[in-house]
Amino acid sequence: MTTTTTSGMAGVSMAVDNRIAEHERVADAAGGKVASFTVEHLSPLERAHRFFHANPVAAPAIVLLLALLGFSLVIGERFLDPFNLSLILQQVTIIGILGIAQTLIILTAGIDLSVGAIMVLTSVIMGKMAVDVGMPPVVALMAGMLAGAVTGYINGLLVTQFRLPPFIVTLGTWNIFFALNLWYSQSETIRSKAIADTAPLLQWTGQSVEIFGARLTYGSLLMLVLFAAVWYALNRTPWGKHVYATGDDPAAANLAGIRTNRVLLSVYVVAGVICAIGAWALIGRIGSVSPQAGMTANLDSITAVVIGGCSLFGGRGAIWGTLVGALVVGVFRNGLALAGVDVLWQEFTVGLLIIVAVGMDQWIRKV
Amino acid sequence: MNPNDLVMKATGLVKRYGHVTAIDGAEFELRRGEILAVIGDNGAGKSSLIKALSGALVPDSGVIELDGNAVHFKSPMDARKAGIETVYQNLAVAPSLDIADNLFLGRERLKPGILGKVFRMLDRKAMHEEARQKLSELGLLTIQNINQAVETLSGGQRQGVAVARAAAFARNVVIMDEPTAALGVKESRRVLNLIKDVRDRGLSVILISHNMPHVFEVADRIHIHRLGKRCAVVSPKTHSMSEAVAIMTGAMDPNDHPAGAYC
Repeated sequence: MTTTTTSGMAGVSMAVDNRIAEHERVADAAGGKVASFTVEHLSPLERAHRFFHANPVAAPAIVLLLALLGFSLVIGERFLDPFNLSLILQQVTIIGILGIAQTLIILTAGIDLSVGAIMVLTSVIMGKMAVDVGMPPVVALMAGMLAGAVTGYINGLLVTQFRLPPFIVTLGTWNIFFALNLWYSQSETIRSKAIADTAPLLQWTGQSVEIFGARLTYGSLLMLVLFAAVWYALNRTPWGKHVYATGDDPAAANLAGIRTNRVLLSVYVVAGVICAIGAWALIGRIGSVSPQAGMTANLDSITAVVIGGCSLFGGRGAIWGTLVGALVVGVFRNGLALAGVDVLWQEFTVGLLIIVAVGMDQWIRKV
Repeated sequence: MNPNDLVMKATGLVKRYGHVTAIDGAEFELRRGEILAVIGDNGAGKSSLIKALSGALVPDSGVIELDGNAVHFKSPMDARKAGIETVYQNLAVAPSLDIADNLFLGRERLKPGILGKVFRMLDRKAMHEEARQKLSELGLLTIQNINQAVETLSGGQRQGVAVARAAAFARNVVIMDEPTAALGVKESRRVLNLIKDVRDRGLSVILISHNMPHVFEVADRIHIHRLGKRCAVVSPKTHSMSEAVAIMTGAMDPNDHPAGAYC
């Protein structure tokens, strides 16, 4: 008797529970969508989309890991050797540094075809000032940085004041800076020995430290420091937020009180200075100052940024993506070379990666 | 409440573009703690009036007073500094930035001391806490993730973020330009409630809308703009929707209405 009563009561309370649960379910279904951020049921594809949308570096990082895994399986020891891995880092240093400058520009929905030309021009200025003019190496280095800032300022002024598209502006200044470079250098290379004698500081970026058999150049370390510094500026300062907002929707950013023209101008100037730092790394890498160096650097830097998951439409992307993008290119080139594959297939692979990366971006940008 | 407690007042505003007179000696009065709807046919000059009040255009002549003091806005920033916030029709948010970033866009908080002054470091913790607080004050905090990018939100939620931003920083007036234009029925309801919440917090709201049912639902008074000037201010209690539309289009003389042209 007692037992039946208890079970009966339990049945009633359970029914009540059910009714409340039922009621809550209905209420949730009716009202939840507008006000609250309900957890929807997502297909795996949608979930992947969300993930890549929230983590722009994820896709290139996965490609990099797969490439490292693949090449270490196929080639083995020779590829995984610390010396070889540090060689890859050395090979991507120049493109990595220019890629930082390029990332800043691309985040503002621009593009900079002149980064390579700025780098070569400023490297010539550094070399000439130190070797021919006889300035102290530090002053020569600073002169190069200043020249980088000025060239960036010219780009920025043309983009913001004359409202010209960045593609056209930098296509023009690419030619202009390169011509100035040939004129100023008189197409002559400054020999490595001359620099070593008068301004060894300029070659400092080529020196290296050895850690566990890996040979890390100061240039590579400088690149990593630059990545960290720009990451900080983009993610932890108001300036960075303004760069993203300006690239995302300039009209909205203006209404929100951001002086977008000043932001753009500052981005071009900073990019110019970073290119000049790239020039320092370039002198360290090749030892001499050559007006013909870095001819492909313009487009290679764009390649690194695009493979790194930065959107060419602006406002989307992360600075580390560019490092990953540069490394992806470096690993593929190195791995394919070690595997004895013809050079043309390196180009083929890089081309393929670019198209896949931009395709991914189109998909990821859809909300 | 003293009905003559005016937050904002404009007299004799004129704005000409060549031969076109956008504002033709317009008057404007906004009381403290009210929702004043501004309606008018297309081309009546209501957006020019609103732009003048929000600093987006400088009138050729006329006086704008805020709390009894004459003000001269040269840019929207000037108006913002005076405590007037505007929710634009396109919302002026950065879609790829998160909710907290958007709330503080253009007026970020820096860490105290050397980190903020020299290294310009954002005080993300303070910004997140304040954003969370502002959103929950407006009943918007079922938002679990303040780090969510704004582009992943629905239209109503984005509007909520834009309204929260305005309400958080406004000290006097919030101007809302067509806040329900792009929204569905349920989302509109949510935003209308938000507008009332903003008023109940003591702010004055200027609501520009083409949607008569929405205007009549939330407005305390309705400013009717016609041919570049104010032709009537009516109460939704005394006037019907069709009467307001009739005045707006010129089919009815506002003085013919038993409640008169001004309230």
